[in-house]
Amino acid sequence: MDSQQYCLQVNNLACIRDDRVLFEGVTFSLHPKQVLLLEGKNGSGKTSLLRILCGFREPDEGEVLWGGVAIDHSEFYRHMAYVGHLEGLKKELTVVENLKMGQALGFPGAMSIDQALAKVHLRGYDDTLVQALSAGQKRRLSLARLLIADALLWILDEPLTSLDKEGIDLVESIMIEHVANHQGMIVLTSHHDLSLPAVDVQRINLSSCH
Amino acid sequence: MSLIKAFVAIIRRDLILAVRRRAEIVNPLFFFILVVTLFPLGIGAQATLLQAMAPGVIWVSALLAAMLSLDSLFRSDFDDGSLEQMLLSPYPVAVLVLGKVVAHWLVTGLPLILIAPLLAVFLGLPDAAMGTLVKTLVLGTPVLSLIGAIGVALTVGLRRGGMILSLLVLPLYIPVLIFASNAVDMAAMGLPVSAQINILMAILCLALVLAPLPAAAALKMSVN
Repeated sequence: MDSQQYCLQVNNLACIRDDRVLFEGVTFSLHPKQVLLLEGKNGSGKTSLLRILCGFREPDEGEVLWGGVAIDHSEFYRHMAYVGHLEGLKKELTVVENLKMGQALGFPGAMSIDQALAKVHLRGYDDTLVQALSAGQKRRLSLARLLIADALLWILDEPLTSLDKEGIDLVESIMIEHVANHQGMIVLTSHHDLSLPAVDVQRINLSSCH
Repeated sequence: MSLIKAFVAIIRRDLILAVRRRAEIVNPLFFFILVVTLFPLGIGAQATLLQAMAPGVIWVSALLAAMLSLDSLFRSDFDDGSLEQMLLSPYPVAVLVLGKVVAHWLVTGLPLILIAPLLAVFLGLPDAAMGTLVKTLVLGTPVLSLIGAIGVALTVGLRRGGMILSLLVLPLYIPVLIFASNAVDMAAMGLPVSAQINILMAILCLALVLAPLPAAAALKMSVN
């Protein structure tokens, strides 16, 4: 795999909110098989940075490149998947209906819906309405959407919230597998201590980026 | 091919959601029926007056009903994050927006068209104008949904966008209202209406092509 083609590069990024500089001069590049962990206090701009990476927000300074091209003009959206604070699940739809929608909006990945549900321990919930799921189950379902999509880059905002010990282990193992076996790359924020053994993890502390 | 699949999947999902929520279909329809029935109560049972007003009454009520139903177009998607997922799709967002508008029209516009002839009979609209009324609604209500989509896309990020939405959207509805109610009027008098119908068709074509793009751009601004 050509590593230049699938490379997320961020140059001198700055974000300003209401005259406050959240961060500036953030520069990094992420290649396949790498993980980037964003750290920082509450309100230090972790979520804002992720939303800039997704293209929801324009950076106040700097640029985000995918394979050397600005994300709007590249195949970026073909290769990325995002799970944010909002799960993006319809509570009146069943588990499978939600995943089918996720599949239709992107390109189908290696895993089928059944396999993905088994992976996140939601087998047997196929026809359950999402509103009947617990917070942790919803979180696992939103992560299952990553598995059925053909995405190289995962952008995850606090993926471990509302998960129990078992759920955290599960998500960590899924992330390790994505990075190690599928040439994947992950950008994430997390308040929990991550244990990702044998994975190349970069850390950026946004609290110190002023 | 997969773009068509995504387009169809959006329509399908929104129709399933509408069936499960029901109120979304029923509320605008009841509103439409109520407003139309209020006019005879307010004006009194003066057959000729009601007959003369029927086209305008039906069309203004349809317009208000369409406007009230607009907020549901993107609101729940915005609240639960589905909108973010839609914007991150590798497919052109304008096409997906068009899918949502089609579903919205099927849920809120189509029932109005089906019930309107009945209300027209209540108001004493001549039989000769019935076909034209349905034709104008078929051509006009999709335009209301399409133009409305731009307005909702701009205001969905605001917590209280309701008033701004009507100020934005209602003026843009005026051409549809003028040509549609005029066509029904003319038809009631037995005059030819092909000019108005053609203009409504042109407006529909224009809105189909031009509305999804700014709506998609406005959605991107709203999720910021």
